[in-house]
Amino acid sequence: MLQINNLWKSYGDQIVLERIHTEVQAGDFVTMVGASGCGKSTFLKMLLGTEVPSKGQILLDGQPLAAEPDADRGIVFQQYSVFPHLSVLDNVIIACAFSQSPWTGWLGRTRKAAARQAAEAMLDKVGLSHALQRYPHELSGGMKQRLAIAQALMLKPRILLLDEPFGALDPGIRADMHELVLGLWREHQLTVFMVTHDLKEAFYLGTRLWVFDKVRHDPQAPHRYGASLTYDLDINRKRGSDLQGAALLKDIQARTAPTVALAG
Amino acid sequence: MKRMINLRPDRSWRMMLTLLPFALLLLVYILSSDARLALNPNDKLLPSFAQFASTMQQMVFEPSKRTGELLFWQDTFSSLQRLGLGILIAATLGLVIGLLTGALPLVSAAFSPLLTVVSLIPPMALLPILFIVFGLGELSKVVLIVIGIFPFIARDIQKRAQEIPAEQLVKSQTLGAATPAILLRVLLPQLMPRLIDAVRLSLGAGWLFLIAAEAIASTDGLGYRIFLVRRYLSMDVILPYVAWITLLAFLVDWLLAWANRRLYPWYHQGGL
Repeated sequence: MLQINNLWKSYGDQIVLERIHTEVQAGDFVTMVGASGCGKSTFLKMLLGTEVPSKGQILLDGQPLAAEPDADRGIVFQQYSVFPHLSVLDNVIIACAFSQSPWTGWLGRTRKAAARQAAEAMLDKVGLSHALQRYPHELSGGMKQRLAIAQALMLKPRILLLDEPFGALDPGIRADMHELVLGLWREHQLTVFMVTHDLKEAFYLGTRLWVFDKVRHDPQAPHRYGASLTYDLDINRKRGSDLQGAALLKDIQARTAPTVALAG
Repeated sequence: MKRMINLRPDRSWRMMLTLLPFALLLLVYILSSDARLALNPNDKLLPSFAQFASTMQQMVFEPSKRTGELLFWQDTFSSLQRLGLGILIAATLGLVIGLLTGALPLVSAAFSPLLTVVSLIPPMALLPILFIVFGLGELSKVVLIVIGIFPFIARDIQKRAQEIPAEQLVKSQTLGAATPAILLRVLLPQLMPRLIDAVRLSLGAGWLFLIAAEAIASTDGLGYRIFLVRRYLSMDVILPYVAWITLLAFLVDWLLAWANRRLYPWYHQGGL
């Protein structure tokens, strides 16, 4: 579904990413890890359309990706992705409003009723049906992320992008969110890209784990070489905890430490 | 004994402390007024409260012999009309300019530098031009208020629009929104409470320009009256008028603050 051909990204003479070739199938759940500043977020921004590649292409079904964000790609940021001036329900209804009348964002009465029903159903799925009339500032961090996910899924995007969505959450809440995301991924057959700092999370959630790291180093000019994909692991979820998996985990940890934290 | 920085008044103490400076000022005035009037019963500089009452009685309740109007209310009505109109136009203009320059880099590139230059022109220096162009009527007073405060509101709204997290704009785009929808449904509603804040901050300047314009060319209004009776040293009119203007300014500010809390609860409870 998604083809990435010889992708480079540089700012001035600082090369961030280089020589990325890969292909992603519909239904893949790709988790991306790497040291801070290794370019995994830049890569996500290129998928999103807020950054453009310096060289190379990203093709979606053979067509180059639009150079600005659009409804093909849903996004959940670590924070600020919900609208603070709208109630939980309106936050999801506005997704329908934007997609159905892109210029004004206004819905007539009948379309609004339909949107409301769809929004309530989606909020029920993410477990927010008890908080429909609340405003985002009255929600906990976990609930805000549930809302952001509901918003992003309303339009059934081809690709769902998650930018460290659970980075600011407590471990217990995080486990709940993992189940939620896995459930939605299976149910809607989503294609997901997720940036995370947490290797265990990456192993647990992903069907493919990408590790971003520099292959080449120039100690005199560290910025002249960018990071690339050093690992592209197929994860069979059932084997995730066996010996082979554990050995891999250790190996990757050793390579990406000390900047990748292994959170419990 | 606790440190000073840890001492906090309880409710009744706070009330007392709030009233104390007002009571002191009042006391100082009454004592000085009494002292002056004891020396010279015709002193006009610090009138007694009885004099205030009898003068204001005339202005508030008795029609003027010359025009047949209740002068106090006529003045209040004219001034509030000018101020209200000026503020309304300035707020609308400021909101539109601020929103467009804050949200659209192309518009910003074209107009932000101009806006900065315009905001640096001292509005009072333009007053003669306004009188020449718009005449001495209502229009030039309203225009002075508009010119005086709209650049501040526009720049404030522009900055607030730029402060809204880019994540929200990206999110809107991934939900399929075009530019007008993002302006109308995402930015505009979030700028409204900030607009009310900006208007509250610019009210002081608004009153300043109003009174200045009325003092120079007018036939009624609170500022006109104060500057008119100055010739007769009528402190018994000037001081109550100043107190009344202060009260009006306080009430308008309070009303806007109240409306802001009522209309946009999410803005005031850390909703960002």
